[in-house]
Amino acid sequence: MTGSLFTLPRWLHPAAWWVWALGLAAAASRTTNPLLLSLIIAVAALVVFARKPDAPWGRSFIFFLRLGVAVIVIRVGVQLIFGAAFGTTVLLQLPGVALPSWLAGVRLGGDITFESVLLAFYDGLRLATILICVGAANSLASPSRLLKSVPAALYEFGVSVVVAMTFTPQLVADVDRVRTARRLRGRPTRGVRAIAGAAMPVFEGALEKSVTLAAAMDSRGYGRRGAISAAQRRLNSVLLLTGLVAACIGTYALIAAGSPAALGLPMLVVGVSVCITSITWSARTAVRTRYRPDPWALPENLVAGAGVLVALSFLAANWVAMPGLATPSNPPTWPALPLLPLLGLLIAATPALTAPTLPRTIVGELPRIGVPS
Amino acid sequence: MINFECVSITYPGATEPVLTEVNLQIPEGELVLVVGRTGSGKTTLLRAINGLVPHFTGGTLTGRILVDGRDTATNPPRELADLVGVVPQDPMSGFVADTVEEELAYGMECLGLAPDVMRRRVEETLDLLGLVDLRNRPLLSLSAGQRQRVAIGSVLASHPTVLVLDEPTSALDPGAAEDVLAALQRLVHDLNVTVVMAEHRLERVVQYADRIVIVPGDGEPIISGTPSEMMGNSPIAPPVVELGRLAGWQPLPLTVRDARRAAGPLRELLTGHAAPLRIIKGARDATPLIVTDKLTVRYGAVVALKNVSTTITRGEIVALMGRNGAGKSTLLSTMVGLRLASAGVVRTNGKDPREIKGPELVHSVGLVPQDPGDLLEASTVAGECRSSDHDANAELGTTRALLALLAPEVMDGTHPRDLSEGQRLLLALAIVLAARPPLLLLDEPTRGLDYPTKARLVKILRELAATGHGVVLATHDVELAAEVATRVIVLAEGEVVADGPTHEVVLASPMFAPQVAKILAPEDWLTVSEVRAAMIEQVG
Repeated sequence: MTGSLFTLPRWLHPAAWWVWALGLAAAASRTTNPLLLSLIIAVAALVVFARKPDAPWGRSFIFFLRLGVAVIVIRVGVQLIFGAAFGTTVLLQLPGVALPSWLAGVRLGGDITFESVLLAFYDGLRLATILICVGAANSLASPSRLLKSVPAALYEFGVSVVVAMTFTPQLVADVDRVRTARRLRGRPTRGVRAIAGAAMPVFEGALEKSVTLAAAMDSRGYGRRGAISAAQRRLNSVLLLTGLVAACIGTYALIAAGSPAALGLPMLVVGVSVCITSITWSARTAVRTRYRPDPWALPENLVAGAGVLVALSFLAANWVAMPGLATPSNPPTWPALPLLPLLGLLIAATPALTAPTLPRTIVGELPRIGVPS
Repeated sequence: MINFECVSITYPGATEPVLTEVNLQIPEGELVLVVGRTGSGKTTLLRAINGLVPHFTGGTLTGRILVDGRDTATNPPRELADLVGVVPQDPMSGFVADTVEEELAYGMECLGLAPDVMRRRVEETLDLLGLVDLRNRPLLSLSAGQRQRVAIGSVLASHPTVLVLDEPTSALDPGAAEDVLAALQRLVHDLNVTVVMAEHRLERVVQYADRIVIVPGDGEPIISGTPSEMMGNSPIAPPVVELGRLAGWQPLPLTVRDARRAAGPLRELLTGHAAPLRIIKGARDATPLIVTDKLTVRYGAVVALKNVSTTITRGEIVALMGRNGAGKSTLLSTMVGLRLASAGVVRTNGKDPREIKGPELVHSVGLVPQDPGDLLEASTVAGECRSSDHDANAELGTTRALLALLAPEVMDGTHPRDLSEGQRLLLALAIVLAARPPLLLLDEPTRGLDYPTKARLVKILRELAATGHGVVLATHDVELAAEVATRVIVLAEGEVVADGPTHEVVLASPMFAPQVAKILAPEDWLTVSEVRAAMIEQVG
């Protein structure tokens, strides 16, 4: 897993990583088979650890894994408290309270059955897997490189995102600073009062820094007048946003279970064509140029293709109602391993080899401030 | 190149203008140094050059500022970006991209330069500022000196004809400061760039300037002239100039080299005259306030401190020196228990500072952090003082009384944010001292301080030491260390490379030697005041 098969070390186009990760997520949305879901997580983890950069955003995968665990725990917890029990295998008998009918007949507590817990677990695992796929894209693709690929018409929007993105790490740094200061003044650094005392200076600091950043960007020429008028530029942005929204709805309708497929394809086609028109139009009038844009070449096609294929394999399996995609929880059955999705997952793992390795950087560990409690 | 025609600037809500009727012409290719007290309007003057004042800050501008014929009133900063490059005081605050190379290209991308031009210029800039090894590094992982060079490079890459820098060396160690200034001088000489720079540490920059602009503040008119004219009677001057004035050298030397050539008679006069002992009398006893033994601190793979063993006793003022990232701040924060020792021990009064909680800690060790504003959170000075008394369990009014001693001019109702850098430092110092810690730690106390405030700080530190406090200050300011420290510890790569009495350590290395020592070497003199005292004795 050291070298890539196709190119010299370079950054892969971030959009390719997103296509791959969203393909995996779409696949995950089609199944409740815990074996398949675990395999999807394994594939995501394999690729992330093979190709993630040693950068702040590269460390976010672990965070998403933890988030996934939390989602499962919460989903199962909700089932235990509110969910109507079904099935026959009673694990634990608890006193239950049936709330009056004007509260929609919600029941609190009651018997806990193995079947209902299993159902909640499958459901939670599916959601967690989708989140982890998004996390994989997050740690593989540099957010600022992704923004550089944002079309010129959406540039203004992109800058707001840049500012928002610097806001968060800035906020974390400020929280550390304020906690340090509280210790230096002999105040408690934990607890409700500490948080309340720290909130104001942290917020003020972060806001002040964002304003400084805006001034710095302005003095470096951000937002210079181009050849087109402001009205034209606004129209262009509106067009592009509408197109994107349409494309998103179309994609959602295509991949989300239970929505009319007839809505999906036309929406997607219309959305994409509106976007392309707007982008080509704005590209002709943009002032801004791009420094070393990421190319879209064979590795990008392979990575994105792997994502598309895994999504297709699950969609197709779902279409022909292949057994094993859904695992029944009542009565509990041992999950099967259907062949077609398995093949798709094998392809989805190929980016661990086909994606280029990263250029070498000498990065020291960032200093962290630790405040004792 | 830059013309200020009868310019007055008033900020919104202010009754008095910051700058009044400024008339100033700066020709092309000059390196101009702007000096003045903190809060005198230096930064306003600099930010007016590219229109950040008033386009970004609000306020009214009367008169006219022309940069290469373009009026800043009708051209907002973005339209002047091809002409004027601005490097802000804190370079990190202006970074937009996440790696060095992308940051260098950002300005050019905004100006719409062709990709091949950008590629070439990025490579040139990397070479010019010695950033080649750092090109793929995330900006967050850079040291202060490297950040400053990236910030300069990032505005330079778009080839502005005017470069404006706000205190470019204030956060840098002496070596890194020299690198940055050398790079600037090269720009002026090779590329005919006009540089306008504000800086407090005159000893570092005065020899590079073609012209000095003094902003006196308080509505007084701005004065400008050649460095030798201006230094003849300026109230603020680097030690080399002060020594020159004291010895009556004509023409007044601005560089150590010129001063050394004129210093022959002075050296003879002082020969045989013993340099004073730099011990604060009466207070020194050997009671250790803090002891570190083989202290090691690591951040992941990086070792920030390695086997540091030292003892700070009562009545000592210890200067902690070393380049950016040498571990000075880490040592200070370990001493207050902000960081965990990976090996070795720190003990204050026999206790590990990490074990000491809340109020007890502030009664044993006090730290004034690098940015004193971090400690402040109330909306008025009076409120800050009250909450400080509460934190320290001190009698009501303790902090206020201390502040009145340290900075009598600070008003109760002022918002801490509106104080000058120096006043904020003194307020933070008052807060820390309210708990009467026997050991006082200061991290970079003179960053952004003007000479008068620095002199006041020196006096305060001496008095504290004389009353039995121990003081440790991490600093890049060699003149301050020479002036006030009784002992100097030099750190490099987290290890102690020198630890001894001030004159022994600073005289041993040209990097840490103050100007007076360089001029009068091999005699053992460190500051102008020492020489003055000796001369008075000689004559009297």
